[in-house]
Amino acid sequence: MTISIKTRAERFLATLRHGQILGLTVEEANNDRLVMRLPYHAQIVGNPMTGTVHGGSLTTLMDTACGTAVFSVLPGFELCPTLDLRMDYMKAASAEQDLLAIARITRIADSVVFTQCDVVQGEQGDVVARCAATFMRIGEQMTPPEFRAMIEQGASS
Amino acid sequence: MSFLDTLEQARAQDDFRPLLAQIPYAQLIGIQFERFGKDVLFRLPKNDNNIGNPILPAIHGGVIGGFMELSASLHLMMTSESTALPKIIDFSLDYLRAGRHQDTFAECQVWRQGSRVANVAITAWQTERTSPIATARAHFLLT
Repeated sequence: MTISIKTRAERFLATLRHGQILGLTVEEANNDRLVMRLPYHAQIVGNPMTGTVHGGSLTTLMDTACGTAVFSVLPGFELCPTLDLRMDYMKAASAEQDLLAIARITRIADSVVFTQCDVVQGEQGDVVARCAATFMRIGEQMTPPEFRAMIEQGASS
Repeated sequence: MSFLDTLEQARAQDDFRPLLAQIPYAQLIGIQFERFGKDVLFRLPKNDNNIGNPILPAIHGGVIGGFMELSASLHLMMTSESTALPKIIDFSLDYLRAGRHQDTFAECQVWRQGSRVANVAITAWQTERTSPIATARAHFLLT
């Protein structure tokens, strides 16, 4: 049975313990883009005076959104470690509002996958942060069988 | 006490632990630090909730990034005269090795601090300082 891109994305995300701590969810996943939500929560605040979330939670959101997009669209079950992340924090995120990461894959090469991601907030879709991330393809044979089973059968961690 | 008062008191008394206790994200990941004169060593103790890939198991790359970014801003607060919280402008992070499920350390180097912007390099390691798991570079706005 073929697993849809969205299901692959959801099952991949379900394996990431820290993703669950932040409450990340996959809102949309297809060949064009992946949308991931970071719910606003008091525990991720970085500036108690403004209620703005810490950049570190945005780093995790963007890394996870791009990494999940890569895992979900590659033909096999390839775990691709992040090579690098380059992030711009364009404006402070508003308090009490969820953040949405919109990740796109810009190129799948033999050894590397290139991605980009915007983090938006509010009805106007204000861009709060943006990143470029690259991932290393280490080959499907490097994926542990038990991890593969978690994706195929949907067992969560 | 308000956060601003805590910040001012931290500067006046040169003790930043009460400040750290008031930053929820710092508490979430569990960052700690130790000061040696002007040097500061940051530590992220082993924590099940910081795991990404459960099978290796490895620390979530985003947590490593958050730890390094928080280390850089705390380092600036401890070493600069600026009264406000440094605001992150950009952050460039290179992952060199998997972050194993164990304690992680970080140290920062402020390469340039102008009147408005600071450039900080951050190195994170686990077993050996000379084998970093990640290196990063960040710009902060100091207002």
